[in-house]
Amino acid sequence: MSDPILQINHLSKSFGAHVVLKDIDFTVNHGDVISIIGASGSGKSTLLRCINLLETPTSGQILYHEHDVAASHVNAPEYRSHVGMVFQSFNLFNNMTVLENCMIGQMKVLKRSKADARENAMKYLAKVGMAPYINAKPRQISGGQKQRVAIARALAMEPEVLLFDEPTSALDPEMVGEVLSVMQQLAKEGMTMLVVTHEMAFARDVSNRVVFMSEGVICEQGSSKQIFENPQKQQTRDFLSRFRKN
Amino acid sequence: MNVFVTLGQDIARLWNEYASLYLNGIWSTLSLAVICTFVGCLIGLFCGILNTIPYSKNDNCFKRFFLRLVRILIQIYVEVFRGTPMILQAVVIYYGLPYFTNQTIRFNSIWLCAFLVVSINTGAYMAESVRGGIISIDPGQTEGAKAIGMTHWQTMIHVILPQALRNILPQIGNNLIINIKDTSVMSIIGFTEFFAIHKNITGTTYLYFPSAAIEMIGYLTLTLIASFILRQIEKKMEGSDTYELTQDDMLTLAAGTYRLDKNPEDLVERNLEGGNTK
Repeated sequence: MSDPILQINHLSKSFGAHVVLKDIDFTVNHGDVISIIGASGSGKSTLLRCINLLETPTSGQILYHEHDVAASHVNAPEYRSHVGMVFQSFNLFNNMTVLENCMIGQMKVLKRSKADARENAMKYLAKVGMAPYINAKPRQISGGQKQRVAIARALAMEPEVLLFDEPTSALDPEMVGEVLSVMQQLAKEGMTMLVVTHEMAFARDVSNRVVFMSEGVICEQGSSKQIFENPQKQQTRDFLSRFRKN
Repeated sequence: MNVFVTLGQDIARLWNEYASLYLNGIWSTLSLAVICTFVGCLIGLFCGILNTIPYSKNDNCFKRFFLRLVRILIQIYVEVFRGTPMILQAVVIYYGLPYFTNQTIRFNSIWLCAFLVVSINTGAYMAESVRGGIISIDPGQTEGAKAIGMTHWQTMIHVILPQALRNILPQIGNNLIINIKDTSVMSIIGFTEFFAIHKNITGTTYLYFPSAAIEMIGYLTLTLIASFILRQIEKKMEGSDTYELTQDDMLTLAAGTYRLDKNPEDLVERNLEGGNTK
Protein backbone atom coordinates (compact mmCIF):
# COMPACT_ATOMS: atom_id res chain seq x y z
CA MET A 1 0.00 0.00 0.00
CA SER A 2 1.44 3.32 -0.99
CA ASP A 3 -0.28 5.62 1.48
CA PRO A 4 0.06 4.61 5.13
CA ILE A 5 -2.82 5.68 7.38
CA LEU A 6 -0.59 6.35 10.35
CA GLN A 7 3.12 6.88 10.50
CA ILE A 8 4.72 7.29 13.87
CA ASN A 9 8.16 8.91 13.90
CA HIS A 10 10.48 9.17 16.89
CA LEU A 11 7.57 9.31 19.32
CA SER A 12 8.54 9.85 22.96
CA LYS A 13 6.46 10.36 26.05
CA SER A 14 7.50 11.03 29.59
CA PHE A 15 5.47 11.76 32.70
CA GLY A 16 7.78 14.12 34.56
CA ALA A 17 11.14 12.43 34.85
CA HIS A 18 9.64 9.03 34.12
CA VAL A 19 10.21 8.09 30.50
CA VAL A 20 7.45 5.79 29.25
CA LEU A 21 8.05 5.75 25.50
CA LYS A 22 11.40 6.16 23.78
CA ASP A 23 11.81 6.90 20.10
CA ILE A 24 8.95 4.79 18.74
CA ASP A 25 8.76 4.31 14.98
CA PHE A 26 6.17 2.34 13.14
CA THR A 27 3.67 2.47 10.33
CA VAL A 28 0.05 1.41 10.03
CA ASN A 29 -1.06 0.57 6.51
CA HIS A 30 -4.56 0.11 5.25
CA GLY A 31 -5.91 -3.31 6.25
CA ASP A 32 -3.21 -4.00 8.84
CA VAL A 33 -4.10 -5.88 11.98
CA ILE A 34 -1.27 -5.12 14.37
CA SER A 35 -0.98 -6.65 17.81
CA ILE A 36 1.11 -4.83 20.36
CA ILE A 37 2.35 -7.22 23.01
CA GLY A 38 4.68 -6.88 25.96
CA ALA A 39 4.80 -6.97 29.72
CA SER A 40 2.68 -4.65 31.86
CA GLY A 41 4.31 -1.24 32.15
CA SER A 42 6.16 -1.54 28.87
CA GLY A 43 4.25 1.45 27.44
CA LYS A 44 1.79 -0.35 25.15
CA SER A 45 -1.30 1.43 26.41
CA THR A 46 0.46 4.80 26.56
CA LEU A 47 1.46 4.35 22.92
CA LEU A 48 -2.16 3.71 21.96
CA ARG A 49 -3.35 6.66 24.03
CA CYS A 50 -0.76 8.88 22.36
CA ILE A 51 -1.98 7.79 18.94
CA ASN A 52 -5.51 8.86 19.90
CA LEU A 53 -4.12 12.06 21.50
CA LEU A 54 -5.56 11.14 24.89
CA GLU A 55 -1.97 11.72 25.99
CA THR A 56 0.08 14.47 24.44
CA PRO A 57 3.37 13.10 23.12
CA THR A 58 6.45 14.77 24.57
CA SER A 59 8.18 14.75 21.20
CA GLY A 60 7.98 13.13 17.80
CA GLN A 61 5.44 13.01 15.02
CA ILE A 62 2.18 11.17 14.45
CA LEU A 63 1.41 11.48 10.76
CA TYR A 64 -2.18 10.79 9.81
CA HIS A 65 -2.23 10.73 6.00
CA GLU A 66 0.94 12.80 6.16
CA HIS A 67 -0.46 15.48 8.46
CA ASP A 68 1.20 15.75 11.84
CA VAL A 69 -1.62 15.45 14.39
CA ALA A 70 0.74 15.79 17.35
CA ALA A 71 1.29 19.46 16.47
CA SER A 72 -0.49 21.78 18.86
CA HIS A 73 -2.76 23.53 16.34
CA VAL A 74 -4.47 20.34 15.22
CA ASN A 75 -8.21 19.91 15.74
CA ALA A 76 -8.02 16.85 17.98
CA PRO A 77 -11.77 16.01 18.06
CA GLU A 78 -11.90 16.02 14.26
CA TYR A 79 -8.93 13.64 14.06
CA ARG A 80 -10.30 11.37 16.78
CA SER A 81 -13.54 10.91 14.86
CA HIS A 82 -11.49 9.05 12.21
CA VAL A 83 -9.65 6.92 14.74
CA GLY A 84 -11.91 4.77 16.90
CA MET A 85 -10.89 3.49 20.29
CA VAL A 86 -12.11 0.63 22.46
CA PHE A 87 -11.09 0.74 26.11
CA GLN A 88 -10.27 -1.86 28.70
CA SER A 89 -12.99 -0.48 30.97
CA PHE A 90 -15.55 -0.07 28.15
CA ASN A 91 -16.32 3.59 29.00
CA LEU A 92 -19.89 3.38 27.77
CA PHE A 93 -21.96 6.43 28.65
CA ASN A 94 -23.85 5.41 31.77
CA ASN A 95 -26.66 7.89 31.25
CA MET A 96 -27.65 6.51 27.86
CA THR A 97 -29.10 3.29 26.54
CA VAL A 98 -27.11 0.94 24.33
CA LEU A 99 -28.69 2.45 21.22
CA GLU A 100 -28.11 6.06 22.34
CA ASN A 101 -24.48 5.22 23.07
CA CYS A 102 -24.05 4.29 19.44
CA MET A 103 -26.01 7.27 18.10
CA ILE A 104 -24.69 10.25 20.03
CA GLY A 105 -21.34 10.49 18.25
CA GLN A 106 -22.89 10.16 14.82
CA MET A 107 -25.42 12.89 15.57
CA LYS A 108 -23.18 15.37 17.39
CA VAL A 109 -19.85 14.82 15.65
CA LEU A 110 -20.79 13.59 12.17
CA LYS A 111 -24.04 15.64 12.19
CA ARG A 112 -26.10 12.77 10.87
CA SER A 113 -29.87 12.86 11.19
CA LYS A 114 -31.47 10.88 13.99
CA ALA A 115 -32.99 8.38 11.57
CA ASP A 116 -29.67 7.81 9.77
CA ALA A 117 -27.80 7.49 13.04
CA ARG A 118 -30.32 4.99 14.33
CA GLU A 119 -30.22 2.88 11.20
CA ASN A 120 -26.43 2.86 11.18
CA ALA A 121 -26.22 2.09 14.89
CA MET A 122 -28.62 -0.83 14.45
CA LYS A 123 -26.48 -2.18 11.63
CA TYR A 124 -23.37 -2.33 13.82
CA LEU A 125 -25.21 -3.48 16.93
CA ALA A 126 -26.59 -6.37 14.92
CA LYS A 127 -23.10 -7.11 13.70
CA VAL A 128 -21.80 -7.52 17.26
CA GLY A 129 -24.94 -9.43 18.27
CA MET A 130 -26.32 -6.76 20.58
CA ALA A 131 -29.37 -5.69 18.60
CA PRO A 132 -31.88 -7.18 21.07
CA TYR A 133 -30.43 -5.10 23.90
CA ILE A 134 -30.80 -1.61 22.47
CA ASN A 135 -33.02 -0.44 25.34
CA ALA A 136 -30.70 -1.61 28.10
CA LYS A 137 -28.54 0.73 30.15
CA PRO A 138 -24.83 -0.16 30.46
CA ARG A 139 -25.25 -1.12 34.13
CA GLN A 140 -27.78 -3.78 33.13
CA ILE A 141 -25.59 -5.82 30.78
CA SER A 142 -22.53 -8.02 31.27
CA GLY A 143 -18.92 -7.05 30.63
CA GLY A 144 -18.65 -8.91 27.36
CA GLN A 145 -21.87 -7.32 26.16
CA LYS A 146 -20.61 -3.88 27.20
CA GLN A 147 -17.42 -4.38 25.25
CA ARG A 148 -19.35 -5.48 22.17
CA VAL A 149 -21.50 -2.35 22.44
CA ALA A 150 -18.32 -0.29 22.79
CA ILE A 151 -17.02 -1.84 19.60
CA ALA A 152 -20.31 -1.06 17.84
CA ARG A 153 -20.12 2.52 19.13
CA ALA A 154 -16.64 2.91 17.66
CA LEU A 155 -17.66 1.25 14.38
CA ALA A 156 -20.72 3.45 14.01
CA MET A 157 -18.37 6.40 13.50
CA GLU A 158 -16.95 4.53 10.51
CA PRO A 159 -13.33 5.09 11.52
CA GLU A 160 -10.37 4.38 9.29
CA VAL A 161 -8.52 2.60 12.02
CA LEU A 162 -9.68 1.11 15.27
CA LEU A 163 -7.53 1.05 18.41
CA PHE A 164 -8.14 -1.59 21.06
CA ASP A 165 -6.64 -1.03 24.50
CA GLU A 166 -6.62 -4.44 26.18
CA PRO A 167 -10.25 -5.05 25.23
CA THR A 168 -10.57 -8.37 27.06
CA SER A 169 -8.43 -7.75 30.16
CA ALA A 170 -11.34 -6.67 32.35
CA LEU A 171 -13.58 -9.55 31.31
CA ASP A 172 -14.41 -12.82 32.99
CA PRO A 173 -12.77 -15.73 31.11
CA GLU A 174 -16.05 -16.98 29.66
CA MET A 175 -16.74 -13.58 28.08
CA VAL A 176 -13.37 -13.18 26.40
CA GLY A 177 -14.38 -15.42 23.51
CA GLU A 178 -17.41 -13.42 22.42
CA VAL A 179 -15.36 -10.22 22.17
CA LEU A 180 -12.43 -11.86 20.41
CA SER A 181 -14.70 -13.46 17.83
CA VAL A 182 -16.20 -10.06 17.02
CA MET A 183 -12.69 -8.68 16.59
CA GLN A 184 -11.67 -11.62 14.45
CA GLN A 185 -14.70 -11.03 12.25
CA LEU A 186 -13.71 -7.36 11.85
CA ALA A 187 -10.16 -8.34 10.92
CA LYS A 188 -11.50 -10.72 8.30
CA GLU A 189 -13.56 -7.91 6.79
CA GLY A 190 -10.45 -5.80 6.31
CA MET A 191 -10.78 -3.35 9.19
CA THR A 192 -7.49 -1.69 10.06
CA MET A 193 -6.83 -2.50 13.69
CA LEU A 194 -4.23 -1.80 16.34
CA VAL A 195 -4.66 -4.10 19.29
CA VAL A 196 -2.87 -3.97 22.62
CA THR A 197 -3.45 -7.42 24.01
CA HIS A 198 -2.35 -10.19 26.31
CA GLU A 199 -4.24 -12.75 24.21
CA MET A 200 -1.31 -14.44 22.49
CA ALA A 201 -3.54 -16.70 20.43
CA PHE A 202 -5.25 -13.66 18.97
CA ALA A 203 -1.90 -11.99 18.24
CA ARG A 204 -0.58 -15.12 16.56
CA ASP A 205 -3.63 -16.18 14.55
CA VAL A 206 -5.48 -12.98 13.70
CA SER A 207 -2.92 -10.20 13.31
CA ASN A 208 -0.65 -9.88 10.34
CA ARG A 209 1.98 -7.93 12.28
CA VAL A 210 3.15 -8.11 15.86
CA VAL A 211 5.00 -5.41 17.75
CA PHE A 212 6.79 -6.50 20.90
CA MET A 213 7.44 -3.69 23.35
CA SER A 214 9.76 -3.74 26.30
CA GLU A 215 10.63 -0.88 28.66
CA GLY A 216 9.26 1.84 26.43
CA VAL A 217 10.90 0.83 23.18
CA ILE A 218 9.86 -1.41 20.30
CA CYS A 219 12.07 -4.37 20.96
CA GLU A 220 11.10 -6.36 17.92
CA GLN A 221 8.46 -6.22 15.22
CA GLY A 222 7.56 -8.38 12.28
CA SER A 223 4.94 -10.69 10.87
CA SER A 224 3.16 -12.79 13.47
CA LYS A 225 4.88 -15.85 12.05
CA GLN A 226 8.32 -14.30 12.49
CA ILE A 227 7.70 -13.18 16.04
CA PHE A 228 6.06 -16.35 17.28
CA GLU A 229 8.10 -18.93 15.43
CA ASN A 230 11.44 -17.31 15.03
CA PRO A 231 11.95 -14.42 17.44
CA GLN A 232 15.33 -12.74 17.05
CA LYS A 233 15.77 -11.05 20.43
CA GLN A 234 16.35 -12.81 23.71
CA GLN A 235 13.75 -10.59 25.47
CA THR A 236 11.07 -11.61 22.96
CA ARG A 237 11.90 -15.26 23.48
CA ASP A 238 11.77 -14.87 27.27
CA PHE A 239 8.42 -13.10 27.09
CA LEU A 240 6.85 -15.63 24.76
CA SER A 241 8.19 -18.65 26.64
CA ARG A 242 6.12 -17.62 29.65
CA PHE A 243 2.98 -18.01 27.53
CA ARG A 244 4.10 -21.23 25.89
CA LYS A 245 4.11 -23.05 29.18
CA ASN A 246 0.42 -22.47 29.72
CA MET B 1 -55.50 19.69 78.69
CA ASN B 2 -57.07 23.07 78.95
CA VAL B 3 -54.06 24.75 77.50
CA PHE B 4 -54.39 22.79 74.26
CA VAL B 5 -58.02 23.79 73.91
CA THR B 6 -57.02 27.42 74.32
CA LEU B 7 -54.21 26.97 71.83
CA GLY B 8 -56.62 25.47 69.33
CA GLN B 9 -59.03 28.35 69.80
CA ASP B 10 -56.27 30.91 69.40
CA ILE B 11 -54.96 29.28 66.26
CA ALA B 12 -58.46 29.12 64.84
CA ARG B 13 -59.00 32.77 65.66
CA LEU B 14 -55.72 33.81 64.03
CA TRP B 15 -56.40 31.71 61.01
CA ASN B 16 -59.96 33.02 60.57
CA GLU B 17 -58.78 36.57 60.75
CA TYR B 18 -55.41 36.42 58.99
CA ALA B 19 -55.52 33.35 56.73
CA SER B 20 -55.01 35.41 53.59
CA LEU B 21 -51.97 37.13 55.12
CA TYR B 22 -50.41 33.80 56.13
CA LEU B 23 -51.12 32.33 52.71
CA ASN B 24 -49.61 35.36 51.02
CA GLY B 25 -46.54 34.90 53.19
CA ILE B 26 -46.29 31.25 52.26
CA TRP B 27 -46.58 32.20 48.62
CA SER B 28 -43.80 34.81 48.91
CA THR B 29 -41.52 32.39 50.73
CA LEU B 30 -42.17 29.56 48.34
CA SER B 31 -41.79 31.60 45.17
CA LEU B 32 -38.59 33.25 46.43
CA ALA B 33 -37.12 29.90 47.52
CA VAL B 34 -38.00 28.06 44.32
CA ILE B 35 -36.89 30.80 41.94
CA CYS B 36 -33.68 31.50 43.86
CA THR B 37 -32.79 27.83 44.11
CA PHE B 38 -33.28 27.51 40.38
CA VAL B 39 -31.24 30.62 39.56
CA GLY B 40 -28.66 29.62 42.16
CA CYS B 41 -28.31 26.25 40.46
CA LEU B 42 -27.74 27.98 37.13
CA ILE B 43 -25.05 30.17 38.71
CA GLY B 44 -23.53 27.10 40.37
CA LEU B 45 -23.63 25.13 37.14
CA PHE B 46 -21.97 27.96 35.27
CA CYS B 47 -19.24 28.38 37.89
CA GLY B 48 -18.77 24.64 38.29
CA ILE B 49 -18.30 24.18 34.54
CA LEU B 50 -15.90 27.11 34.26
CA ASN B 51 -13.99 25.71 37.20
CA THR B 52 -13.44 22.34 35.55
CA ILE B 53 -12.37 23.38 32.06
CA PRO B 54 -9.11 21.49 31.65
CA TYR B 55 -5.99 23.22 30.40
CA SER B 56 -2.56 21.82 29.74
CA LYS B 57 0.90 23.19 29.24
CA ASN B 58 0.33 23.04 25.50
CA ASP B 59 -2.47 25.61 25.52
CA ASN B 60 -1.52 29.16 24.68
CA CYS B 61 -0.67 31.49 27.55
CA PHE B 62 -3.78 33.65 27.06
CA LYS B 63 -6.13 30.71 27.60
CA ARG B 64 -4.14 29.51 30.58
CA PHE B 65 -4.08 32.97 32.16
CA PHE B 66 -7.81 33.44 31.55
CA LEU B 67 -8.77 30.09 33.07
CA ARG B 68 -6.54 30.67 36.08
CA LEU B 69 -8.10 34.09 36.62
CA VAL B 70 -11.62 32.66 36.33
CA ARG B 71 -10.84 29.99 38.90
CA ILE B 72 -9.46 32.54 41.34
CA LEU B 73 -12.49 34.83 40.92
CA ILE B 74 -14.91 31.95 41.47
CA GLN B 75 -12.95 30.87 44.52
CA ILE B 76 -13.23 34.37 46.00
CA TYR B 77 -16.96 34.50 45.25
CA VAL B 78 -17.57 31.12 46.85
CA GLU B 79 -15.53 31.86 49.97
CA VAL B 80 -17.09 35.28 50.55
CA PHE B 81 -20.72 34.26 50.13
CA ARG B 82 -20.36 30.92 51.84
CA GLY B 83 -18.39 32.41 54.68
CA THR B 84 -20.71 35.25 55.75
CA PRO B 85 -24.28 35.12 57.11
CA MET B 86 -26.99 35.64 54.51
CA ILE B 87 -28.76 38.11 56.81
CA LEU B 88 -25.65 40.29 56.70
CA GLN B 89 -25.30 39.92 52.93
CA ALA B 90 -28.87 41.20 52.57
CA VAL B 91 -28.13 44.26 54.69
CA VAL B 92 -24.82 44.97 52.98
CA ILE B 93 -26.31 44.79 49.50
CA TYR B 94 -29.57 46.56 50.31
CA TYR B 95 -27.97 49.49 52.12
CA GLY B 96 -24.57 49.31 50.47
CA LEU B 97 -25.75 50.10 46.96
CA PRO B 98 -27.28 53.51 47.80
CA TYR B 99 -24.39 54.23 50.17
CA PHE B 100 -21.73 53.77 47.48
CA THR B 101 -23.71 55.51 44.74
CA ASN B 102 -24.46 58.54 46.86
CA GLN B 103 -28.14 57.59 47.17
CA THR B 104 -28.66 57.78 43.40
CA ILE B 105 -29.17 54.05 42.91
CA ARG B 106 -31.35 52.19 45.35
CA PHE B 107 -33.46 49.10 45.15
CA ASN B 108 -36.94 50.03 43.96
CA SER B 109 -38.17 46.61 44.84
CA ILE B 110 -37.26 44.72 47.98
CA TRP B 111 -38.21 41.56 46.13
CA LEU B 112 -35.42 42.18 43.62
CA CYS B 113 -32.85 42.64 46.38
CA ALA B 114 -33.99 39.52 48.23
CA PHE B 115 -33.94 37.61 44.96
CA LEU B 116 -30.36 38.73 44.27
CA VAL B 117 -29.06 37.91 47.72
CA VAL B 118 -30.60 34.45 47.99
CA SER B 119 -29.68 33.50 44.42
CA ILE B 120 -26.07 34.57 44.78
CA ASN B 121 -25.82 32.82 48.12
CA THR B 122 -27.27 29.58 46.74
CA GLY B 123 -24.99 29.88 43.71
CA ALA B 124 -21.93 29.91 45.96
CA TYR B 125 -22.94 26.65 47.61
CA MET B 126 -23.99 25.07 44.32
CA ALA B 127 -20.72 26.02 42.59
CA GLU B 128 -18.87 23.68 44.92
CA SER B 129 -21.53 20.97 44.65
CA VAL B 130 -21.42 21.07 40.86
CA ARG B 131 -17.63 20.98 40.85
CA GLY B 132 -17.77 17.96 43.14
CA GLY B 133 -20.42 16.35 40.95
CA ILE B 134 -18.33 16.81 37.83
CA ILE B 135 -15.07 15.49 39.28
CA SER B 136 -16.90 12.51 40.76
CA ILE B 137 -17.70 11.21 37.26
CA ASP B 138 -15.27 8.52 36.11
CA PRO B 139 -12.64 10.05 33.77
CA GLY B 140 -13.34 7.07 31.49
CA GLN B 141 -16.62 8.74 30.54
CA THR B 142 -14.73 11.77 29.25
CA GLU B 143 -12.23 9.56 27.44
CA GLY B 144 -15.01 7.55 25.84
CA ALA B 145 -16.59 10.75 24.56
CA LYS B 146 -13.29 12.21 23.39
CA ALA B 147 -12.45 8.98 21.56
CA ILE B 148 -15.49 9.34 19.30
CA GLY B 149 -14.53 12.92 18.52
CA MET B 150 -16.77 14.88 20.86
CA THR B 151 -15.57 18.33 21.91
CA HIS B 152 -15.26 19.41 25.53
CA TRP B 153 -18.66 21.15 25.47
CA GLN B 154 -20.43 18.26 23.78
CA THR B 155 -18.94 15.89 26.33
CA MET B 156 -20.06 18.13 29.16
CA ILE B 157 -23.61 18.64 27.93
CA HIS B 158 -24.43 15.13 26.77
CA VAL B 159 -22.33 12.88 28.99
CA ILE B 160 -20.90 14.47 32.13
CA LEU B 161 -23.54 16.94 33.27
CA PRO B 162 -26.53 14.56 33.05
CA GLN B 163 -24.67 12.16 35.32
CA ALA B 164 -23.29 14.89 37.57
CA LEU B 165 -26.74 16.46 37.96
CA ARG B 166 -28.19 13.12 38.97
CA ASN B 167 -25.49 12.87 41.62
CA ILE B 168 -26.01 16.37 43.02
CA LEU B 169 -29.81 16.24 42.98
CA PRO B 170 -29.90 15.53 46.73
CA GLN B 171 -27.74 18.65 47.17
CA ILE B 172 -30.18 20.72 45.13
CA GLY B 173 -32.97 19.41 47.32
CA ASN B 174 -30.99 20.34 50.39
CA ASN B 175 -30.58 23.86 49.08
CA LEU B 176 -34.27 24.23 48.27
CA ILE B 177 -35.22 23.21 51.78
CA ILE B 178 -32.58 25.45 53.33
CA ASN B 179 -33.86 28.31 51.19
CA ILE B 180 -37.48 27.76 52.20
CA LYS B 181 -36.41 28.20 55.82
CA ASP B 182 -33.62 30.73 55.44
CA THR B 183 -35.50 33.22 53.28
CA SER B 184 -37.01 34.18 56.65
CA VAL B 185 -33.93 36.33 57.26
CA MET B 186 -35.02 38.54 54.37
CA SER B 187 -37.48 40.16 56.76
CA ILE B 188 -34.46 42.19 57.90
CA ILE B 189 -34.75 44.32 54.76
CA GLY B 190 -38.54 44.38 54.96
CA PHE B 191 -39.38 41.55 52.62
CA THR B 192 -42.77 40.23 53.71
CA GLU B 193 -42.34 36.48 53.53
CA PHE B 194 -43.95 33.91 55.81
CA PHE B 195 -41.96 34.75 58.94
CA ALA B 196 -42.39 38.51 58.50
CA ILE B 197 -46.16 37.94 58.53
CA HIS B 198 -45.78 36.36 61.95
CA LYS B 199 -44.02 39.45 63.23
CA ASN B 200 -46.67 41.73 61.78
CA ILE B 201 -49.59 39.77 63.20
CA THR B 202 -48.12 39.27 66.66
CA GLY B 203 -47.42 43.01 66.72
CA THR B 204 -51.16 43.62 66.94
CA THR B 205 -52.52 40.42 68.49
CA TYR B 206 -49.72 39.51 70.94
CA LEU B 207 -50.56 35.82 70.27
CA TYR B 208 -46.90 34.86 69.95
CA PHE B 209 -47.09 31.13 70.55
CA PRO B 210 -50.22 30.31 68.54
CA SER B 211 -48.87 32.25 65.58
CA ALA B 212 -45.50 30.52 65.91
CA ALA B 213 -47.32 27.18 65.91
CA ILE B 214 -48.99 28.11 62.62
CA GLU B 215 -45.58 29.06 61.24
CA MET B 216 -44.04 25.77 62.34
CA ILE B 217 -46.80 23.76 60.71
CA GLY B 218 -46.57 25.90 57.57
CA TYR B 219 -42.80 25.56 57.18
CA LEU B 220 -42.84 21.83 57.91
CA THR B 221 -45.60 21.28 55.35
CA LEU B 222 -43.62 23.16 52.71
CA THR B 223 -40.40 21.28 53.34
CA LEU B 224 -42.13 17.88 53.47
CA ILE B 225 -43.80 18.53 50.13
CA ALA B 226 -40.47 19.67 48.69
CA SER B 227 -38.75 16.51 49.95
CA PHE B 228 -41.45 14.33 48.48
CA ILE B 229 -41.35 15.99 45.06
CA LEU B 230 -37.55 15.81 44.95
CA ARG B 231 -37.60 12.13 45.81
CA GLN B 232 -40.00 11.54 42.93
CA ILE B 233 -37.76 13.46 40.52
CA GLU B 234 -34.78 11.41 41.69
CA LYS B 235 -36.66 8.19 41.04
CA LYS B 236 -37.63 9.38 37.61
CA MET B 237 -34.05 10.32 36.72
CA GLU B 238 -32.85 6.93 37.88
CA GLY B 239 -34.85 5.40 35.04
CA SER B 240 -36.38 2.00 34.77
CA ASP B 241 -34.72 -0.97 36.46
CA THR B 242 -35.66 -3.28 33.64
CA TYR B 243 -35.46 -3.18 29.90
CA GLU B 244 -37.30 -4.82 27.04
CA LEU B 245 -35.48 -7.08 24.64
CA THR B 246 -36.34 -6.21 21.10
CA GLN B 247 -36.88 -9.31 19.09
CA ASP B 248 -36.89 -9.05 15.35
CA ASP B 249 -34.97 -12.24 14.76
CA MET B 250 -36.59 -15.25 16.39
CA LEU B 251 -33.38 -17.25 16.04
CA THR B 252 -31.62 -15.10 18.60
CA LEU B 253 -33.81 -15.99 21.53
CA ALA B 254 -32.40 -14.62 24.71
CA ALA B 255 -32.65 -16.19 28.13
CA GLY B 256 -35.95 -15.67 29.90
CA THR B 257 -37.99 -14.75 26.86
CA TYR B 258 -39.31 -18.20 26.02
CA ARG B 259 -42.00 -20.28 27.67
CA LEU B 260 -42.37 -24.01 27.95
CA ASP B 261 -45.58 -24.61 26.06
CA LYS B 262 -44.84 -28.18 25.08
CA ASN B 263 -45.29 -29.59 28.48
CA PRO B 264 -48.01 -27.63 30.31
CA GLU B 265 -47.74 -29.86 33.36
CA ASP B 266 -44.26 -28.50 33.97
CA LEU B 267 -45.66 -25.01 34.14
CA VAL B 268 -48.43 -26.04 36.48
CA GLU B 269 -46.00 -27.79 38.74
CA ARG B 270 -43.71 -24.82 38.80
CA ASN B 271 -46.57 -22.49 39.61
CA LEU B 272 -47.54 -24.72 42.50
CA GLU B 273 -44.01 -24.71 43.78
CA GLY B 274 -43.95 -20.96 43.50
CA GLY B 275 -47.19 -20.84 45.46
CA ASN B 276 -45.86 -23.10 48.16
CA THR B 277 -42.77 -21.05 48.79
CA LYS B 278 -44.85 -17.98 49.54
